[in-house]
Amino acid sequence: MVDTVAGAGPDPHVSGDDPNRRDFIHIAAGVAALGVVGGLAWPFIDQMNPAGDTLALASIEFDLSKVVQGQQVVVKWRGKPLFVRYRTPAEIAAAIKDDHADLRDPQTDEARHKPGKAQYLVLIGVCTHLGCVPTFGGGDYGGWLCPCHGSVYDTSGRIRRGPAPKNLEVPDYSFLSDTKIKVG
Amino acid sequence: MSGHSTYEPKTGFERWLDSRLPILRFAQDTMVSFPTPKNLNYWWTFGGILAMMLGIQIVTGIILAMHYVPHVDYAFNSVERIMRDVNYGWLVRYTHANGASMFFLAVYVHMFRNLYYGSYKAPREVLWILGCIIYILMMGTAFFGYVLPWGQMSFHGAVVITNLIGAIPLVGPSITTWLWGGFAVDDPTLNRFFSLHYLLPFVIAGVVGLHIWALHVPGNNNPTGVEVKSKEDTVPFHPYYTVKDGFAISVFLILYASFVFFMPNVLGDAINYVQANPLQTPLHIVPEWYLLPFYAILRAVPNKLMGVVAMGGALITLFVLPWLDTSKVKSMRYRPTARLYFFIFILACLVLGVCGAHAPDDLVIPGFSGLQFLDANINSYVWLSRIGALYYFAYFYVITPLLGLTETPLPVPDSISTPVLSHPASAPTGAAASPEKRG
Repeated sequence: MVDTVAGAGPDPHVSGDDPNRRDFIHIAAGVAALGVVGGLAWPFIDQMNPAGDTLALASIEFDLSKVVQGQQVVVKWRGKPLFVRYRTPAEIAAAIKDDHADLRDPQTDEARHKPGKAQYLVLIGVCTHLGCVPTFGGGDYGGWLCPCHGSVYDTSGRIRRGPAPKNLEVPDYSFLSDTKIKVG
Repeated sequence: MSGHSTYEPKTGFERWLDSRLPILRFAQDTMVSFPTPKNLNYWWTFGGILAMMLGIQIVTGIILAMHYVPHVDYAFNSVERIMRDVNYGWLVRYTHANGASMFFLAVYVHMFRNLYYGSYKAPREVLWILGCIIYILMMGTAFFGYVLPWGQMSFHGAVVITNLIGAIPLVGPSITTWLWGGFAVDDPTLNRFFSLHYLLPFVIAGVVGLHIWALHVPGNNNPTGVEVKSKEDTVPFHPYYTVKDGFAISVFLILYASFVFFMPNVLGDAINYVQANPLQTPLHIVPEWYLLPFYAILRAVPNKLMGVVAMGGALITLFVLPWLDTSKVKSMRYRPTARLYFFIFILACLVLGVCGAHAPDDLVIPGFSGLQFLDANINSYVWLSRIGALYYFAYFYVITPLLGLTETPLPVPDSISTPVLSHPASAPTGAAASPEKRG
């Protein structure tokens, strides 16, 4: 503004279309404003992520002695069903037999349980197709059948038929003692 | 909106859109090329600040509503959860809570500016009345919002304010029960207050739209109070006032941020961090600072019904102000006597605010026992608030009408440009050139 008010002679900083000081101020102010808006936007986005108390409840402990052979217990973990299954020797044998069958998501049965604990299968009970909860005992493979779109899982929770792309997910868990696991 | 449009569509798409939905023309005419008096001072930047505050309150409020639970058993804890566990919840909540105070601070400056420069007078009466409606909606919204954290002051403040309605003869108690949805302030009350607190800001936004529309028909008033006479008196809104408003907003945000980050609870009441207990009232019930003057007027009157009438009357008075003012001169720049009474009016409002914050029987001058006058000590806040309330009403109903008829105003300039151009030395040629142009 000073430049124009002075009005005495041409401004030495202006020459054709070259950038001048005013352009610089415009760009600097614009970039600064963009930075401020970006910085302010983050808290408003991040507030929708899981809150501290939600994360604090993200892991659970489970006592395996509550499950008897051939039984499946369903507990809620992170808002979803968690299948804890005590498998019979026949089921384990069937799962190992199919380790090298034509699997859509190839995985051995051994990779789906903890070493030496083949009887305990811990799975997230959510069909990998569109999120329904599969029921045990349905389908032709002795495992689970999803009632929504007919995906069939075997005794290791591997996908065998139907639209689901992946095996039932095995969550992160560890044995705290012989009969106690911590999930998450 | 008024006058002819200067918008010229540049591209084919703009021409296509302009003949279907002339929204770019509207934006250009209202926010870019709108002719604005060239002498607006910083008191005129508070309209922009208020628009920003409404935006901030709506955005932070919607976020808080994502985490808040409107139930008497969970409300208080859900607010604490926002403070402790929700990511940046403390920031969003402090921004919202202090935002209410900043909103009112700005609206009071905006209103006092209006009174000083006579902006409510013809042809801007509707603009002023819409502003008064926004102000009352703001008070309602702020009250509902203050109840939501379900602290001690939330609860007992809600009890006191809803009981005001009970002062209405015959139907009062039924209306109060209807408002509560029960026999006391309880869960149904909290739920409906939450619903209304969410609704009213959007009503405010709608009335703000009308307010701006009503502004753009006659255009801005200005510090001289003389209407725009020619194009010489105006500059385009952009860049002159976008930059001036932008600067004022930045300064205002510094003040706002200093509250949010360094003293977030200084404007609130500590007792509101104690969960609501219907069985025990805090020793001293006070509203938030921005409602204190009206609270003082309420308590100045020793009769329940008349106290409510006085408080309501203090607000209704604002609506009829354009017809109470008999002066033909708008700006108090040229009304030295009116200016004096105006400054006493501001003082009276501040005194009423102080009175509202104290218990009625507290002594104004400590150590001075005073003497009993009628029903109270002459040295108590009751009498001080009565003096304040008396001046409040006298200013509008006696001083303003009489002064316009009796005072002798200073000479008013012929146009906005005259006072500037009559001093050639202070206005170098070229000063009105267009610095927004390149170079």
